[in-house]
Amino acid sequence: MSDSANTVVVIGGGPAGIAAAACVAENGASTVLIDDNPRLGGQIWRSGGKIPQAKEAGHWLNRFMRSGAKLQCGTRIVDRLGTKSLLAESDRGIQRVDYSQLILATGARERLLPFPGWTIPNVVAAGGLQALVKGGAPIAGKRVAIAGSGPLLLAVATYLRLQGAVIVLIAEQAPWSRLVRFSAKLKSSPHKLWQAILMGVHLRGVRFKSSCWPIAARGESVLEQVEFQSKQGRFSVACDYLACGFGLIPNLELPRLIGCEVHNGFVAVDEWQQTSIDDVYCAGEPTGIGGIDSALCAGQIAGFATVGRKEKARGLFPARTRGKKFEETLAFTFALRPELRQLCQPETVVCRCEDVTYERLQPMTSWREAKLQTRCGMGACQGRTCGAVAEFLWHWQLASARPPVFPARVESLAGKTLTLEK
Amino acid sequence: MASGFDIVIVGAGIVGAACAAELAREGMRVAVVDRDIIGGGATAAGMGHIVVMDDSEAQFALTRYSRRLWRDLHSGLPPQAEYETPGTIWVAADESEMQEVRRKHEYYASRGVAAEILDSKMLAEAEPNLRPGLAGGLLVPDDAVVYPPVVARFLLERERGVSVIAGSAVRAITNDGVALEDGTRISAAKIVNAAGDASPNLTAGVRVAPRKGHLVITDRYPGFVRHQLVELGYLKSAHTHSAESVAFNVQPRRTGQILIGSSRQYGVTNADVDPAIVSAMLSRALQYMPGIGTLSAIRCWTGFRASTPDKLPLIGPAPGTDHVYLATGHEGLGITTSLATAKLLASQITGREPEIAVTPYLPARVMDGEKHA
Amino acid sequence: MPNLIQVTINGQAVTVPGGITVAAAVLLSGKSGIHRSPSGALRGPVCGMGVCFECRVTVNGRAHVRSCLTTCEAGMEISADE
Repeated sequence: MSDSANTVVVIGGGPAGIAAAACVAENGASTVLIDDNPRLGGQIWRSGGKIPQAKEAGHWLNRFMRSGAKLQCGTRIVDRLGTKSLLAESDRGIQRVDYSQLILATGARERLLPFPGWTIPNVVAAGGLQALVKGGAPIAGKRVAIAGSGPLLLAVATYLRLQGAVIVLIAEQAPWSRLVRFSAKLKSSPHKLWQAILMGVHLRGVRFKSSCWPIAARGESVLEQVEFQSKQGRFSVACDYLACGFGLIPNLELPRLIGCEVHNGFVAVDEWQQTSIDDVYCAGEPTGIGGIDSALCAGQIAGFATVGRKEKARGLFPARTRGKKFEETLAFTFALRPELRQLCQPETVVCRCEDVTYERLQPMTSWREAKLQTRCGMGACQGRTCGAVAEFLWHWQLASARPPVFPARVESLAGKTLTLEK
Repeated sequence: MASGFDIVIVGAGIVGAACAAELAREGMRVAVVDRDIIGGGATAAGMGHIVVMDDSEAQFALTRYSRRLWRDLHSGLPPQAEYETPGTIWVAADESEMQEVRRKHEYYASRGVAAEILDSKMLAEAEPNLRPGLAGGLLVPDDAVVYPPVVARFLLERERGVSVIAGSAVRAITNDGVALEDGTRISAAKIVNAAGDASPNLTAGVRVAPRKGHLVITDRYPGFVRHQLVELGYLKSAHTHSAESVAFNVQPRRTGQILIGSSRQYGVTNADVDPAIVSAMLSRALQYMPGIGTLSAIRCWTGFRASTPDKLPLIGPAPGTDHVYLATGHEGLGITTSLATAKLLASQITGREPEIAVTPYLPARVMDGEKHA
Repeated sequence: MPNLIQVTINGQAVTVPGGITVAAAVLLSGKSGIHRSPSGALRGPVCGMGVCFECRVTVNGRAHVRSCLTTCEAGMEISADE
């Protein structure tokens, strides 16, 4: 990277990263945004599909494009090389990424929880099905049940329905009383309220149940039906897809590798979004699950902070405070109920990469012991899926992050560029 | 105060576990204490290679004996122990290393350890993913690999008479047992210090130094490597007292994952993965197996070997005491020699005749007879 | 009208819209399973964003490629577990 002495590097191309990079570049500083996906937008602003971008997404993407910020897609940070130096890998090769300041906007992923049959093909994550469809997977005419927890379920249902899917059920595990209180709070944010009304319009006629969660997925080789538990008892729904996700968990692997302190499961940041490491900032979901508005706000604050525009950053503090309150509201409303810990049978797979079942993990007393004795978490995902499960089921603390952050080619870690093949 | 034990062993790694199982089999009541989980130290970090090495007669005797004990044990191990016998190929890059191959072959063959010289063509057939142009190698077909943390747990749970106290650090070895950090005590007539790189903290005068190593593991590529492959330069790396060195050393695991090593550093005590060392180590591996470059590496980690000045472990009484024994200092051969260590230690405690001479491993050879506090 | 490209999936030629992911191409070809677990269970894509690793396929000879993160290119040779 040229001129690294003054480059602000932003990792993550979702709302937080886009806002941060735009603010940095608009203030004349050199910045590059690095993202793993083929296109900018992260998860929530993922492009693709027949529906045009939400206006807000379009606005920020345009702003980013006009700002002069550089973009590198299809590139993932795999290791840190030194104090202000990272190792990045793409399909084309590796590069050393030096920075004067770093903004981590690595976003979040969905929490998947195991239940009998959750590994059958066509049981997918909620946002995961949306991402797959945006990537070109066919969904028109398919029957989709959506389950789990969080506002994401409604967003996914809306999107899929507009793509021609038949939404047979939306099952939210949170109780109706909390959802009502949540909706009432939305009145204080006209923007969110408007989004909610739009969703209500798009989802008219769709069966929605609260205090409802999946207890078994069934099918010969692909999903055929899902059994649910609700206050009225158990019932089954025939469907082609189950899109199921139980909230969001922050992507902390890169922040941890860099050495950022983590408090209560999120990267600790000061009022300028700076982490415990000098010149390393963090914005968006890794600092708290708050959705688009929080991410945009924190991203801008971090961006302004890196270019010394503290007064502009300060101007966003009230919005951030509101965002923090929204995070708390989200966490309270969609808190996961204890029944979700009781779904597994002894033979239910918990670690998908290594096929480690519930009964083999149950006697373990720590994440590390589970890893060493059963190989849970030692597969390709390195605990991204099963670690979150283990935290929820048994309250195990996960061990520290080791490189590479994502699987990397051996030659990349050897410091060699790509071998051209075929 | 916990009592009723004949022996307390500090360290629930593979060496402590093997000793516990052996002593319990002799009828003793054994307590094993570890500051962390069973097999959580070097036992978890290493390659799990069971190998006969000929650095010295004493090392050869110990590794040969112990490899036989592993062979005797293996059919009783659970499947998660992943015991396999892929054999080792010591790889010779050039003619001068082939001379070493021939010397080793003569040495092994004359001592009853099966070994076969491979020329360049045979080596390429045995391991197609090695680069062309290597001179050949020495195949030692009976060398094995195993997954040690599972074995450590198996050994500790197998015998009645073994109690494990995990998650409790030992503060000190006392006249009649051990004192734990939390204030409790475990009393026993004899104590075994099997605390690996932490053993000097508990017994004065133990010259065990931590020697950091890095490893990288790939995703699953069944058949890419068939044997444990070690460059002959490994021996130079293991023997050197220089600050850091790397050597080509790869291992196929039953899962099809490939374990890539090895590195050695003195004087580094932080456990962070050092990208420069990883880079040097993997670059060395690429020189031998260029195709390994495009494989997906999913994790890097480090561990600390317990190294001694003469590359041999300490097995026997701590000088200046009459009730403390050492079972530590195994450097890169802890897995291999754990079972033999247990036998030799048990023979010294019970007074039975050991199967091989214990003299080369007695701690007194490298320690002064310091009195315990 | 999106441009169409041809890829092969397990030796069979498949025509797909340009720009879709390899995961989508496999799903479009009629498969729901894409990757076998260590015990041989067939799995489909799950997270859609490259963190679950259930969507891995071999692309142009390279194994363990996350198909949900990979865009199809004309002539691509894709092998999925069956």
